[in-house]
Amino acid sequence: MDRRFHDFGGQDAGPVPCAEHVYEPWEKRMDAIRGLCAQRGLFTTDELRRSIEDLGPGVYDKLGYYERWCAAVTNLLLQKRVITVDELGRRMAKVEEEWTGARCR
Amino acid sequence: MSTRHDDTHAGHGHAHADDHARTFQPDIEDAPFTHYQVMAQALGDLLIEKNVFSADELRRQIEIQDTRTPAEGAKLVARAWVDAGFAALLARDVNAAAESIGIPAGDIPIRALFDAPALHNVIVCTLCSCYPRQLIGLPPAWYKSREYRSRMVREPRAVLAEFGTMLPDDVELRVHDSTADQRYMVVPMRPAGTDAWDEARLAEIVTRDCLIGVTLPRV
Amino acid sequence: MQVNPPHAPGARVRVRRAYPPGHTRAPYFIRGKAGVVADTAGAYRNPEELAYGVYDGAPLRVYRVCFRQTDLWPGYGGAPCDTLYVDIYENWLESETEVA
Repeated sequence: MDRRFHDFGGQDAGPVPCAEHVYEPWEKRMDAIRGLCAQRGLFTTDELRRSIEDLGPGVYDKLGYYERWCAAVTNLLLQKRVITVDELGRRMAKVEEEWTGARCR
Repeated sequence: MSTRHDDTHAGHGHAHADDHARTFQPDIEDAPFTHYQVMAQALGDLLIEKNVFSADELRRQIEIQDTRTPAEGAKLVARAWVDAGFAALLARDVNAAAESIGIPAGDIPIRALFDAPALHNVIVCTLCSCYPRQLIGLPPAWYKSREYRSRMVREPRAVLAEFGTMLPDDVELRVHDSTADQRYMVVPMRPAGTDAWDEARLAEIVTRDCLIGVTLPRV
Repeated sequence: MQVNPPHAPGARVRVRRAYPPGHTRAPYFIRGKAGVVADTAGAYRNPEELAYGVYDGAPLRVYRVCFRQTDLWPGYGGAPCDTLYVDIYENWLESETEVA
């Protein structure tokens, strides 16, 4: 019977990668965004977990932990019509333009 | 066998006030930014514009999370070691016990798992990364790894050995998979040779990894 | 949804052998396995409903179930006394009467 991809308990795996990870500011910000959205009742922890799990095997493995959170939170907020694809896309383009511009200074 | 590295119970450092003004983030100024970093920035900016929350609230939320460190859990353990009444309270209700000594524990119920001479506890979340973060801060990356989540339930002694922890065969190793709404923290046994120590000194040997259960306090 | 009468601590229970797609908090590795109720961990709304936007479902009892590692894993490499505790929502548990 099929095991869902994220349901890892009992599978074979290598040594536990023990390198410490210092949380980057963008990760802490993403964590805080998630926390505040949950506090505001925009979605439950369960919906977030479901959204992460539904990213599916390829994406789940490819993305880092907070990248998964970002993708999952974004999907939830789009589904719940808190944000639209159009405005998100425009804002992302603007952010990228500014960051690229800032780097070139 | 890999050498364990430092499982400091210090926090992760100060929050960077993440400015609402879209200045380039200094930490990644010389590194390429990723699609998801852009998305996360845009998401936060949009939500602030829509008044879902304010820039100040976002900043504050980061600061609050940063104040939660394993040192808070260590204080609870040290207090339980010296005060049997407090230990009993901790066993009944970690959140209430923490609040009673001025440590915020949040609203998610946390349960203390007391070690005993023939019992050692260790925690995992095989399905995601559940962790008593509102008390002791963000989990280490390895706790969230596929490797830890896969192997801790099936070969816990081998995983503990990677952390340098060996248990005799007559000690029950009890693994707790945090699958529901409760979170867990381990209360290790007080090591021998610490009778004369005060609480502050005791707390120093209770690291983040001790609260997870992958290591034992070292004198 | 079928739910059982409360399980007392010490009761033997078995996790249903079902494999639905979608969100659940019953890990794959305990499906079909039997253990003993250690205690309860309160009552909470069903994550399988909350995950899909159903916020007003009835709370379910959550049981902490103790499994022997030797029952879970063929060739378990640890000690015979090792155990694994999982918090399981009542809709996944069935009473198990031990055959003498």
